[in-house]
Amino acid sequence: MRTLAGKLAGLVLTLVVGGLLGATLVRLAPGADVDEREQDARLSEASLAALRRENAAPDGVVSFYAGYLGRLIAGDFGKSRGTGQPVREILAERAPLTLRSAGFGYLLAWVGGLALALLLAGLRSSWLDVVGAGAAGLLLSLPAACIGFVALWTGIGLEWAVGAVLFPKIFLFSSALLGNLYGRPHVLQALAKGLSSARILVFHVLWPAVPELAALAGATTGLAFGAAIPLEVVCDSPGLGQLAWQAATARDLPVLVALTLLVTLVVKTSDILAELVRSGLRESRA
Amino acid sequence: MKTGIRRTALGVLATLALAAAGAGYLAPAPYDRQFREEPNAPCSRRFPLGTDELGRDRLSRLLYGARVSLLLAPSAALLATVAAALAGGAAGWLGGWTDRALMSGANLVLAMPWMFLLIAVRAALPLNVDPGVSLAVTVVLLGGLGWVPAARALRAGMLRLVRSDFLLQARAAGCGTARLFFVHALPNTKGLLAAQFWTAVPLFLLAEANLSLLGLGVAEPMPSLGNLLRELESFHHVRSQPVVLAPLVVLVALVTCCQLAFPAREEGMR
Repeated sequence: MRTLAGKLAGLVLTLVVGGLLGATLVRLAPGADVDEREQDARLSEASLAALRRENAAPDGVVSFYAGYLGRLIAGDFGKSRGTGQPVREILAERAPLTLRSAGFGYLLAWVGGLALALLLAGLRSSWLDVVGAGAAGLLLSLPAACIGFVALWTGIGLEWAVGAVLFPKIFLFSSALLGNLYGRPHVLQALAKGLSSARILVFHVLWPAVPELAALAGATTGLAFGAAIPLEVVCDSPGLGQLAWQAATARDLPVLVALTLLVTLVVKTSDILAELVRSGLRESRA
Repeated sequence: MKTGIRRTALGVLATLALAAAGAGYLAPAPYDRQFREEPNAPCSRRFPLGTDELGRDRLSRLLYGARVSLLLAPSAALLATVAAALAGGAAGWLGGWTDRALMSGANLVLAMPWMFLLIAVRAALPLNVDPGVSLAVTVVLLGGLGWVPAARALRAGMLRLVRSDFLLQARAAGCGTARLFFVHALPNTKGLLAAQFWTAVPLFLLAEANLSLLGLGVAEPMPSLGNLLRELESFHHVRSQPVVLAPLVVLVALVTCCQLAFPAREEGMR
């Protein structure tokens, strides 16, 4: 319980400090208080003055940050500088697509990576290990955007591309972990006693590996969202990744800061869940 | 077998680095020269890798692009390693509030997804800039945000050193704090620093490729391995001129050879 409270406090602190840093970026970015509508020659002096008042940052630094954080807590991320649409609405429109592709891709990578790692650990063939490591190494050496190009050329779904980005990390880690467990004395003894391969695999190899695999599961969530940026841009998929890129090229910092905080929230939450699984398992074993 | 693989990887890396360094002599044309009468030219004796849609010689751009990427990634890795040495070293050496403050900052950066953080900070910096400035911005961006994992490793290494006998003896002999840190402690983290540097180089090569492909890295007309990959967007183009895959082949070779030639993480830990 204390662990959970500590982790939640860490999450809140991360979001608060992240929000403040985001506010600093918005405030200090060149042209932050300038509206491109000011270039419109048809606007009168009074309209221009009204626009400048609307965009001007509050005088005091403290009131600026307090106001920003207050609005953030209320779920108001401000308005997009590009479209004028509330950021919350834009995020709600785009999130489902990314959640779906990142979620399916995550599952595909885990099923594929873990299954292959289990197969290779069970077969214990050095040649197959080299082939597996070589294939994973090749995928690791490709920029995510290039995997997106392959998805674009072949017409496969974005989730397969996300899966291909995550697969080598999951496979290489699980493969090393399971290989190590297969070489442990208790597994050798179980083999010598004649226990079935399935029993050894499930109870003596896979089960002890669960805490480490849970930690990896938490860590790969962030990678799935990170991969969404180049993949969605290359595949022209209107999700959060493409939104992040569009906001970056248009210098739409309110959107970018809100997006970064949202993804940080998702990633940190998955980290906390993974940590809870780990500590729960450790306690039950102790 | 491992030594053989490592030597081969080092050989490939050295060849690519030499070719990139000698781009000024090897390239048939300047990277930004446009042969406007010959856009999208196929491979020929005059243009060994053909020309792009603006009529620029692909081989020249590949050589100069490799030079830019091979300058950018190690520079950013060096910056990140120096920052990590100072931050991680100070955290482990001083302990207490300095340690807590520095590591909280590091944890905050680590909590945010790398790619989102990278483009959020990149967007706050000027976008339409001179190619040279875009190169410098990319180096500072990657180095400035990529030091965190290395700093954590350095902190752990420094914590072990602080408790070591030779430092206790040096302190007892009257060695000053600055001398202890810079002359006795920091040089002993050399292996760890080298490991962090060689781990960062391939990561930054890939990060530059992704950023430049998205138009947020090295700006045109300066070539980099990342912005040269934009030619892969059209499958029709790739099918009709498979030679456009050359920058990808070079990038994959560089990243793979870096990882094979410098299994840095293991040695650093040892």
